[in-house]
Amino acid sequence: MTDTHLNTDHAFLLREIEQFFYREADLLDERRFDEWLTLLHEDIRYWMPIARNVRRDNRERERTREGVEAAWFDEGIQTLRQRVEQINTGMHWAEEPASRTSHLLTNVRILETSGAGLEEEVRTRSRFIVYQNRLDTEVAWFVGKRNDTLRRTDSGWKVLRREILLDQTVLLGKALTVFF
Amino acid sequence: MSRKWSPQQLVDAEQGTVSREVYVNQDIFQEELERIFSRAWLFVGHESMVPNPDDYFVSRMGNDSVILTRDRQGQLQVLLNSCLHRGMRLCRYDQGNNRTFTCPYHGWSYSTDGKLVERAGELVGVPGFKTHYYGELDKKNWGLKSVAKLVNYKGTIWATWDENAPSFEEYLGDMKLYLDFALDHRDGSPGGSEMIGGVQKWRIPCNWKTAAENFNADLYHDISHRSVDVVGIGPGGKGRRDPTPHRVSISFKDLGHGLVGRAPYYEENPYTPIFANYPEVEQYYRKVYEEREKNLAGTMRVLHSVGTIFPNMAVHGRQPRTIAVFHPVSATETEMWRIYLVDKDAPQEVKDAARAYYLRYSGPGGMTESDDMENWCYATESSTGTIARMLHYNYQMGIGHAKPVPGLRGAVTTGEFTEENNRNYYARWAQFMEGRSWDELMPTYDE
Repeated sequence: MTDTHLNTDHAFLLREIEQFFYREADLLDERRFDEWLTLLHEDIRYWMPIARNVRRDNRERERTREGVEAAWFDEGIQTLRQRVEQINTGMHWAEEPASRTSHLLTNVRILETSGAGLEEEVRTRSRFIVYQNRLDTEVAWFVGKRNDTLRRTDSGWKVLRREILLDQTVLLGKALTVFF
Repeated sequence: MSRKWSPQQLVDAEQGTVSREVYVNQDIFQEELERIFSRAWLFVGHESMVPNPDDYFVSRMGNDSVILTRDRQGQLQVLLNSCLHRGMRLCRYDQGNNRTFTCPYHGWSYSTDGKLVERAGELVGVPGFKTHYYGELDKKNWGLKSVAKLVNYKGTIWATWDENAPSFEEYLGDMKLYLDFALDHRDGSPGGSEMIGGVQKWRIPCNWKTAAENFNADLYHDISHRSVDVVGIGPGGKGRRDPTPHRVSISFKDLGHGLVGRAPYYEENPYTPIFANYPEVEQYYRKVYEEREKNLAGTMRVLHSVGTIFPNMAVHGRQPRTIAVFHPVSATETEMWRIYLVDKDAPQEVKDAARAYYLRYSGPGGMTESDDMENWCYATESSTGTIARMLHYNYQMGIGHAKPVPGLRGAVTTGEFTEENNRNYYARWAQFMEGRSWDELMPTYDE
């Protein structure tokens, strides 16, 4: 990982990116999913691999491989839009009654910047806690790391790539109906 | 053990009712583990989880952890994952490659190498064998417990703890044709499928049978999936879910297995494009369709969308082409597994399109399956109430309307919508719970 701990050049950019993430979290937690979709790039890759327990010398197999193996999510904008559309039907019973969620995002760091103007891209790393509460006692805690790539467009930053690394092997939630 | 209930009181297959105790009672659950999961053939895994000698994959049979491994001689083995000394979970990785399994607790080690041991899982290493044990421990008697029977069926691995169990093929009966449909190449040649790497595992608060019966031709619940049909998440990225032509519910009455699919037939329907947006993928499916017509010309064949093999495995033959296992954890908790299948030699674009469809449809992130689980979990939860559990579930649809299916031994159908399949599933459940012998459990058919 790039060592950026002393790089103050990114201080302003970092605040901008953090604010972008917090806005995303607000939109999701306020269930403004259609608005949240506008923050995603048309070419987004939204990928959450499956983790498994492997020996120390086999760590490269700890998570399922992108584009080859199964995952919890591996999709683009079309499927993400369909998920929102499904919620909006009011008949997606796993989200009806709707979940109450709180997206907490922390440890945000800029790993790399490249390009300029509308080519500008930023690679970031962060931690998330997504708390989900439904009906009476249905609770799920999703905790992990997130690697994002954002691209600047003429309508602001867009998420071009979101890699969600969950710290669970056996998923401890009955379904994955929340966005990360 | 004296019990307050008998299987006949709990399941009335003739009247189509099942006591809610069957889904929530922990004593009944414990008896299921002993009377069903310790005897029936269970799905353990897929050969592609362990392609090389010494590869292993940790699986489950009932509520036991087991190690599926390929020994140095290439033979598959399934061993109980618990050290014989003090019970420690021997292997705590999900998968890997090991010559011997050494317990982290006191260091006992076990081997599957046929050159070193007479039988797989034999105890080969005991720290202090000469000094602490004075060489007196009978190592031959303290090997890992192995399953009684094991079979590799077209890549899927099945096992039973019961040495008196019938052969796997007998246990399957003609449900085998439908398992074949899922595991055979889309061009109709035998085998030819592989699993996409990675198993989805997740825990849900429902009884394991509620998940199993969902795939035993409960077409009636289709209404709960209206949201995905409105949105259109079909294989090609739009449209309704993949339709199954001429579908009916078929139940293997004496065996408890059942499915939604097509009765035996001899001629394929004309090809219907479903991947119109993806030309390479469309081209592949058209090609294998044409090859299938040639390969199977004039022979009997079947197809199906979903089916359940008693007790806790579901096999889906058409898109999404997957295997699901419902591992019992408690009366009200199940560990779900999903494994995804593709033609081994399909081009990468075809595998990619299949994977994308599977993941948006099935599993915890599946837009269809997430709504199924809402139903299963809250059916279990709301059946635990003191008054609620005194009631019975209703399986009365279509009683007395089933007719034999020509070409399939012991199979009946009532058309598309029926609860015949699940009446037979629970009748089978009751037979196992009565503790019947295999002679009593297995039907005989005139050839």
